[in-house]
Amino acid sequence: MMKNRVVITGLGVVAPNGVGLSNFQKALEKGTSGIRFFPKLRDLNFSCHLGGEPIVSEEKKLQYLTPLQLRNFKSSGILYAVIAGIDAVNDASLSHFSDSEDPNWHLGIIFGTGISGVEKFREAIHRIDDNNVRRLGSTSVIQTMASGGSAYLGGILGAGNMVTANSSACATGTEALLLGYERIANGQATYMLCGSTSDCGPYIWGGFDALKVTNYKHNDSPQEVPGPMSANANGFIPGSGAGAYVLENMDHALKRGATIYAEVLGGAINNGGQKGGGSMTAPNSVAIQKCITDALTNSKVSAADIDYINGHLTGTIKDPDEIENWTLALNRKQGDFPYINSLKGLVGHCLAASGSIEIVASILQLHNNFIFPNSNVSPLHPEISALVGTEKIPTTKKIIPLKTIMKASFGFGDVNACVIFRKI
Amino acid sequence: MTPEAIFTKLQPIIKVYLPEDVAVNDITLESDLARELNINSAYFVDIVLDIEDEFDIAVNNDDMERFETVHDVVALIQSKITGG
Repeated sequence: MMKNRVVITGLGVVAPNGVGLSNFQKALEKGTSGIRFFPKLRDLNFSCHLGGEPIVSEEKKLQYLTPLQLRNFKSSGILYAVIAGIDAVNDASLSHFSDSEDPNWHLGIIFGTGISGVEKFREAIHRIDDNNVRRLGSTSVIQTMASGGSAYLGGILGAGNMVTANSSACATGTEALLLGYERIANGQATYMLCGSTSDCGPYIWGGFDALKVTNYKHNDSPQEVPGPMSANANGFIPGSGAGAYVLENMDHALKRGATIYAEVLGGAINNGGQKGGGSMTAPNSVAIQKCITDALTNSKVSAADIDYINGHLTGTIKDPDEIENWTLALNRKQGDFPYINSLKGLVGHCLAASGSIEIVASILQLHNNFIFPNSNVSPLHPEISALVGTEKIPTTKKIIPLKTIMKASFGFGDVNACVIFRKI
Repeated sequence: MTPEAIFTKLQPIIKVYLPEDVAVNDITLESDLARELNINSAYFVDIVLDIEDEFDIAVNNDDMERFETVHDVVALIQSKITGG
């Protein structure tokens, strides 16, 4: 059976360095970082006192949620999901969706997360432990259920197709896109609003602090944190936010004259089985390479066609391994390697939202023919400079025509997801 | 406290939970909370918490079974205030 072709017709983003698509794009072009100091983390005895949090004013919240919905609302992840998701639908010129009397059977939502409504759940736990469960109120469940983001969006948009949340750690956003792509490709939906979100704050970030994967050496100098691929990279900064994309049946998009950002050519999702060096927190290199090569095969694209890669690249000691995997999977290196960057130097590692925010950044670059700079990447890690020409790791904004790009995310649980986009 | 006084304090509490197409002036003693004011019954628990805070009373599960009209709520509050 012929698969439908799928394109991206709308984008939305809530990121630590920019809320809203045009703010985010400006921040990318200028290389603006959203990483900053949080006194609360210091007061709570975290090792890393830095984080990335999108700035959302009370006025802005009221543009997306009613005062009643905002009453006792403590789920930052759902807020980010709602803003990014509605922005993406408006960006796709589909804002009339919310006006309809009937469910839209053709619109589905896959909006993933790692954990939802952590602040709200903390409030609930304290009240329950105080023998005060009746004080939880009516929204404790919907603010903390993993599908909360997708459910709030589903209600606002009247989505009548599948409305669900996926979850695969740092690969969640990329996986959501591929799951949505599959649904349209095999004819089960016309539009899929996909993305992922992650709460901000110490209760989300604490586990990573305890795991000692965050950077604790730059608490006084947030603008100087060594970025991904640098020789001094020694831990990531935790972030938060959401990215959203409207995927659409290409024929349908063309018929209604929609602006098309790019075609989703295909991708691959796999897992290293936590074998071959893989573990809950470290990847199996063979699986990563297979994910990349399968993505090329599934997209009918050759490695030589790839102009640019948006890497997972977290700013940890794992970065050189990732670069090596890319060079082996693509069989390209040195001056022949594609351009590559990582958003994590500018917004931190947004955890479950990392894939989605980074996909939005990838599509913006593809659509506008530029590559944002790698933050604080000099001096480059020697193992990386041995494999990739430094000119392919830009330190300033590069203006260059882009046609075919790859995005990959690798997450805890040895999960891998890779997607290929092409400008039509 | 008279029923009128209770109703005056109750109106702004209920107003918070009204859907967009219902006005605060539509609230009368006879109004059915769910069927006329279109208040989502999930919000009844929140209304109860707000009432408990405002009138310094305790409402139990059995009391909530009588929550249909505004008059039911006023009567319940009155009985609780007078120690019913």
